[in-house]
Amino acid sequence: MNTELLGVIATYAITLLIAIPLGRYIARVFRGERTLLDFLSPAERLIYRVCGINPREEMNWKQHLKALLTINMIWFVYAFFLLVFQDRLPLNPDGNAAQTPDLAFNTAISFLVNCNLQHYSGESGLTYFTQLFVITFLQFVSAATGIAALIVLFKAFREKTTTKLGNFWEILVKTNTRLLLPLCVIIALVLAFNGTPASYAGKDTIVTLQGDTVGVSRGPAAGMIAIKHLGTNGGGWFGANSIHPLENPSYLTNMTEAIAQMIIPIAMVFALGFFINRRKFSYIIFGVMTAGMLLLLIPSMMSEMNGNPAIAQMGIAQPTGAMEGKEVRIGPAATGYWSTITTIISTGSVNGFHDSTMPLTGLMQLVAMMTNCFYGGCGVGILNYFVFIIIAVFISGLMVGRTPEFMGHKVEAREIKIAALVALLHPFLILAGTALSSFVITRQPELGWLNNPGHHGFSEMLYEYTSAAANNGSGFEGLGDNNIFWNVSTGFVLILSRYLPILGPVAIAGLLAQKKHIPASAGTLSTDTVTFGVMTMAVILIIAALAFFPALALGPVAEYFSLYL
Amino acid sequence: MKQYFFPALRLTLVLVLITAGLYPLLIAGLAKVAPGGGNGVTVKRGDSVVGYANIGQKFSDNRYFQGRPSAVDYNGAGSGGSNKGPSNPDYLQTVQERIDTFLAHNPGVQKANIPAELVTASGSGLDPHLSPAAAKIQAPRIAMLRGLPASMLTALVDQHTKGPLLGLLGPATVNVLQLNLALDEMK
Repeated sequence: MNTELLGVIATYAITLLIAIPLGRYIARVFRGERTLLDFLSPAERLIYRVCGINPREEMNWKQHLKALLTINMIWFVYAFFLLVFQDRLPLNPDGNAAQTPDLAFNTAISFLVNCNLQHYSGESGLTYFTQLFVITFLQFVSAATGIAALIVLFKAFREKTTTKLGNFWEILVKTNTRLLLPLCVIIALVLAFNGTPASYAGKDTIVTLQGDTVGVSRGPAAGMIAIKHLGTNGGGWFGANSIHPLENPSYLTNMTEAIAQMIIPIAMVFALGFFINRRKFSYIIFGVMTAGMLLLLIPSMMSEMNGNPAIAQMGIAQPTGAMEGKEVRIGPAATGYWSTITTIISTGSVNGFHDSTMPLTGLMQLVAMMTNCFYGGCGVGILNYFVFIIIAVFISGLMVGRTPEFMGHKVEAREIKIAALVALLHPFLILAGTALSSFVITRQPELGWLNNPGHHGFSEMLYEYTSAAANNGSGFEGLGDNNIFWNVSTGFVLILSRYLPILGPVAIAGLLAQKKHIPASAGTLSTDTVTFGVMTMAVILIIAALAFFPALALGPVAEYFSLYL
Repeated sequence: MKQYFFPALRLTLVLVLITAGLYPLLIAGLAKVAPGGGNGVTVKRGDSVVGYANIGQKFSDNRYFQGRPSAVDYNGAGSGGSNKGPSNPDYLQTVQERIDTFLAHNPGVQKANIPAELVTASGSGLDPHLSPAAAKIQAPRIAMLRGLPASMLTALVDQHTKGPLLGLLGPATVNVLQLNLALDEMK
């Protein structure tokens, strides 16, 4: 068999082999059971004492959300000011300039919300200080925020009726100490021992074999690249992200980074089952998510491996597939695979430029971010999926004429309203943003944002808002996005599309958990069956397909037909 | 929200210290024993550094194996691809010109044998590799200019080919800089 395909299959297989036990481990950590890393407890107690936190103080869902929003607000202010003043701070060996306020606004929000859209290039747009104290820091804590919100939901469904959902600070600290940091150390060392820089040395200048003088950007990148993937963040140290041969030096590091970004999203699905003692429910969710992934993955890999038909027409060989924007050591199969996983799980890192992928692959990337729940980002993936579950419960209830129930709680008007609002927010932000930017660029073509004409140019704008609303962070990078219009408009999309989809599901879970528990009976619609899985899938596809089809038809679908017919 | 503000502020400081202070220092410390000591792996000829193992270089001389087109002209101070869409007419024009240039510089090569990677820009602009086929197709040209038998150059490419990971996973690659250093050694 083709070694490139075999590489992809091995990557996914190893991902599952790690994710399943990791899911069990995560459940144990947050149920307070014994684990291997319990020797960290004294350090955690020290943190609680220094911060004046009582980890045993139980919070209800409103208190959780207040704590979450408060600390996120502090992080935003902190990050914004460091970026604006980075030129005057230490650790700036390359003498890079400060970020403009609109760019700093975009960057601070983008990393705060786990999105990692980058309207700058890492080599020149940040200093080592902000790479570490803004970017790396936010990559840890934004992932932990998503996971903490999901753990609140776990706790809500573990008990029959409860308002006590654990302590937000404790969950946040433990996510870092028990999950993110230990795994990051391992991943960072794999990278560092395979050629990724990790020291604080500044940019080097060398004279090449044929006598050109060129620079080589470096820096303490290995640790950042580890959390960039493990936390489904995606923002790169270098401008070319994981395409860069120092950020992703070999096929081994490519597999490592691809595995690192998938393990927590998949592990959380299994952790849910272990945590609430309903494993079958987890397996059904995992099945639906995996089916969704395959539906997107197979066409992407096929179209990348078949190459660009316009180049085939010129009469040259494309033995491995489409190579524009890709690297030889990675190859089109692994790039096609990565382009799907990075868009379904909201990482947004790339190992080949999406702007240059085939139209069908671009379509799949967009649909992946429009659905945004096949595994999904750290924590938030399941929160998004949960919204679709609530809608599926409601619709199934109507179809069979039963009161909608979930986990033994009646789902009533208030919960449905919240779920519907969250589900509709996503298409609204994407379509309104794309419409606005299309209008502006048509009126003022001299703004010159677009790197490609025609349908593909439209796709560049659609992609940018989809990526912002999905908190993904990848881009059709040809788009000239470092200006006030894009920095500010995507900044607002980012805030709304991060916090409402966290507030909504946590509120629904909290509201349901405080209702009276109704024991399951013959009349209960059971949510851990294949039928219900199919129903959820149908809800996801209908909401994504119906809302987005016209926009997709104008962009990648039209480009597909212009290229292949 | 007031009761949450001070714990949040203190926790922020503690987490900054751990994740942005201690963690990168730990990795930098451990990486000192890695190849290149965490500064990136350099390639030397004699005593002088001629490049980085993982960063591609520009070779415009026909007497060398040439790497892929680069959107940043192989200057590792930055990085990036062309970001051209597959249907962009200007882009397709550029690819056509690269094919014509390649054919003009490599007489005797069949167009159908040119691998796409030689006429498409890499994503990073710093791709240090070629596939063995893309290196071998340049062998006759270099052999002629250097007065060496082409079979020797093909053998040199084979010698410098790194197979798939564990012989099973991913593509085979040739590092162009290493290959050209070895080429200069040949008499």
